[in-house]
Amino acid sequence: MAEPTVAIEVPETAAGDLLPARQVDLWRAVRLGLVGGLTAVFVSANGMVEAFSERALLGQVTLGSLLLVAIPLLVGYLAGQPPPVLQGFATPRPGRRNVAGGLLAGLLNGVVMAVFVTLIATFDVRRVLINVTPALVREDPRLLTFGLDLGPGLVLILVLNTALGAVAGTLHLLRDRWRRAVFVVVLWVLAVAMLQPFVVQVLRGIQAELRLWTAPLADFLYEPSGALSLPGAVAVAAVALAVQVLLTREGRRPAPTRLSSLPDRSRRLLRLAALAGMLIVLGLLPQVLGPFLSEVLNIAGIFLLMALGLNIVVGVAGLLDLGYVAFFAVGAYVTALLTSPQSSLGVGWIFWAAVPFVVLAAAVSGLVVGTPVLRMRGDYLAIVTLGFGEIARLLFLSDWLKPTFGGAQGIIRVRDITVGPIQIADPQAFFYAIFCFVLLAVYVTYALQDSRIGRAWMAMREDEAVAEAMGVNIVTAKLSAFIAGAMLAGFGGALFATKIGSVFPHSFSVIVSITVLVVIIVGGMASVPGVVLAAFVLVGLPELLREFEEYRFLIYGVLLIFMMQRRPEGFIPSRRRAQELHEEELTQDTWLQDAAADGRSATS
Amino acid sequence: MAKSSLEPRGPIAVRRSFQLPVVDGFLWLVRIAAVVLLVVGAFNSLTSARLSGQQWRDLVVFGIAQGSIYALIALGYTMVYGILRFINFAHGEVFMIGAMTGYYVSDGLARTPLWEAQPFVSLFIVLVCCMAASALVALLLERVAYRPLRGLPRLLPFITAIGASFFLQYAVATLFGTSVKAYPAVDALSGAVTILGFRILKVHLLVIVAALLMMAGLYLYVERTKAGRAIRAVAEDPEIARLMGLSVDRTIARVFAVGGALAGAAGFLFGLVFQNVHFLSGFLPGIKAFTAAVLGGIGNIPGAVVGGLLLGSVESLGPSLVLVGLGIPSAHQLKDVVAFLALVMVLIFRPTGILGERVSEDRA
Repeated sequence: MAEPTVAIEVPETAAGDLLPARQVDLWRAVRLGLVGGLTAVFVSANGMVEAFSERALLGQVTLGSLLLVAIPLLVGYLAGQPPPVLQGFATPRPGRRNVAGGLLAGLLNGVVMAVFVTLIATFDVRRVLINVTPALVREDPRLLTFGLDLGPGLVLILVLNTALGAVAGTLHLLRDRWRRAVFVVVLWVLAVAMLQPFVVQVLRGIQAELRLWTAPLADFLYEPSGALSLPGAVAVAAVALAVQVLLTREGRRPAPTRLSSLPDRSRRLLRLAALAGMLIVLGLLPQVLGPFLSEVLNIAGIFLLMALGLNIVVGVAGLLDLGYVAFFAVGAYVTALLTSPQSSLGVGWIFWAAVPFVVLAAAVSGLVVGTPVLRMRGDYLAIVTLGFGEIARLLFLSDWLKPTFGGAQGIIRVRDITVGPIQIADPQAFFYAIFCFVLLAVYVTYALQDSRIGRAWMAMREDEAVAEAMGVNIVTAKLSAFIAGAMLAGFGGALFATKIGSVFPHSFSVIVSITVLVVIIVGGMASVPGVVLAAFVLVGLPELLREFEEYRFLIYGVLLIFMMQRRPEGFIPSRRRAQELHEEELTQDTWLQDAAADGRSATS
Repeated sequence: MAKSSLEPRGPIAVRRSFQLPVVDGFLWLVRIAAVVLLVVGAFNSLTSARLSGQQWRDLVVFGIAQGSIYALIALGYTMVYGILRFINFAHGEVFMIGAMTGYYVSDGLARTPLWEAQPFVSLFIVLVCCMAASALVALLLERVAYRPLRGLPRLLPFITAIGASFFLQYAVATLFGTSVKAYPAVDALSGAVTILGFRILKVHLLVIVAALLMMAGLYLYVERTKAGRAIRAVAEDPEIARLMGLSVDRTIARVFAVGGALAGAAGFLFGLVFQNVHFLSGFLPGIKAFTAAVLGGIGNIPGAVVGGLLLGSVESLGPSLVLVGLGIPSAHQLKDVVAFLALVMVLIFRPTGILGERVSEDRA
């Protein structure tokens, strides 16, 4: 919830004559505490805590209990945060009020939670809230009261939440550098603990494939239960702290500056070395990862391919397309029709013979969708494309077209990709196929972005009327964006069809379009690195940690809302896009920053 | 401000562009093809006499009942659009939450003697609960998700609304389970009555009457009360309204609450007609109601009602009238396709709707 920007009158005072510092707002702490408490109640009632407590992180701490602990920490941290320093005001000294803010928020968080725990211990609400199981409070393991009976449990909840809130508030007393170090250490430990299946497999895989003795490290880091072992956690924390302290030491120049000060030749060499290293790593990756993790990567890769396509349509050209899954479906169905001997065509071609037709069909469908919506913008465009997407799915599903597309039974026995005599069937081999297509898509995206048509797209995104006045042919630009996006999605569909080996209409619901949209919005519209990272985190992670599966779309929804409120440009934004979105705030921000800098220099 | 001849005319201020003959020719082809298919299909099915007059009348009645539910939802879309120029994509979920509330309250009430003794009183109690729950969710949505984004590029609140829509769907799914919830039967509503030769199921009659009453109530609220005048003023020009001493925030919140309450009522009526609800129930009716709002001219309150009734009838009659006439097998499967086609066609060819202008886009 962004605070509305209030125009604050800057009082005319002589230099150095500052108004008393604005202090931590305790009402805000109260609000945050209540919101935090309700959030904790929500995640307990919808079963997240229980589902997540299957995953042990560190000793007795599971992901579920971490969720309960993280909320008061976060709320306490936010509540203890001092307000931004404005011009004319003194900078507040960190002190008791930061801790008090955190403490208050934590306490309220605990009170709300305690009320909820008492309620579900007294009444049986399972007829309505089906996920409020006895395991939460009534019977062991009593997740919400951390294993205690109701009475001591309530005391523990209150004390723990208050203490955690206060601790989080205390973080504001630390200097910036150390506070950041704390965050980094916590994040590292968390990441290593969460990614246990991945890390273990990688370490074992390296030993199996490269004959390096890395497997003992996995035994050192993790206990048999899958939790991080205590020495392992300490080691990870120590390494993270050391790296962080080294990286932020005084007088260290940031890496880009140092890179640009190198002579051209060494820079070129470095770049080549980095590229070669990356290729070697990627070449070995599927062997090291094993079949299961390769499969996870493949799924993420197919979504990445789609995301790169949608990135062109939404991110670069600014056309919000919610029916993107239609192109994916077209790619999959064309592949299935042409390569499956059991389809209505029954030709049973090899995969590569179908590829040109996939491209053609995707391009045509891009045209068909793109032409009628040329006149539309923004939300209307989104709704119409959503309609097209649903029409496509319903037609593939219908009995009317069943002779062609197989209706609900879909098309089975889609042929695998073959390279010469080699059949690409297992996930590890398939990784290379997907990797090639993704590489192609990344290259195409960069090439298009920097080309004439790419600049036309960006101009159109910023202001259609102005772009047209400057000579951009809007019709060509829009249609080519749709076609480019459709082709990438078509490739994604083709790969999907051969990977699964069959095509069913229910794989192409609107949820796929939304997933891809979330990926590009979280990663950063028009930002290729952002999209790549987001595809792996948002699609790969839920595949890896299955307990997220049920809550996946819930989390996507929250992410969309959060991103729009806080970072509409994405986590790894393309610079240009961020500028566009923050144009109006920009002046205000620099004013605020200047004011903050003034304030700091005034007090020091 | 008088329009100079240089200013673009037409619905969306880009008429001046895209005068490309190819594109327009293509669109005309689509238009002609649609009309031809419509006429041929309708002619075939009417002459083939596959369905009796009674069956056609039943379809019409069902279409109107369904359409009045759409109209109630569409009112929420249209009011919010009228005042914020923004499509509240999550409105379908507000409707679904109304239907869910209806299930839980009526399920609870059905265990008490009141349900048998006073069916209409208990139905009224359920209706009020549904309206309250949906209004509350709509208010929360406005406060938490939309208000911070007011005045920013319009795609931001729209994407937020998509996020909110999925959040609400899956919040309901995880809290209350993904199973299909069956409404308890209401004995007083079984059976049918015959009015002017139309055989109307009592449920449908109740739905139509209730929806009409609520729409009339809304009309009076917007046109006759002080709060309604405030709503119209803010829709006209928020800046001036603020200068005149109106609280824009409160007025917008009120619009969301009223729209949400109507959607909640629609949810309950939907539950009565279709007897079941689950967490994805809001998506299709939401989209269809949006189509209805656009069909009637978005931002236009009577338009939403007309659009809703029209769309309900099209969806109910379309498959039997046109698709069967064209010789398409199992046409009833395609009733959602008909609805989506209506959506796409309306948005492409008639974004201003049938009643009057679409609220101007240039201001946004």
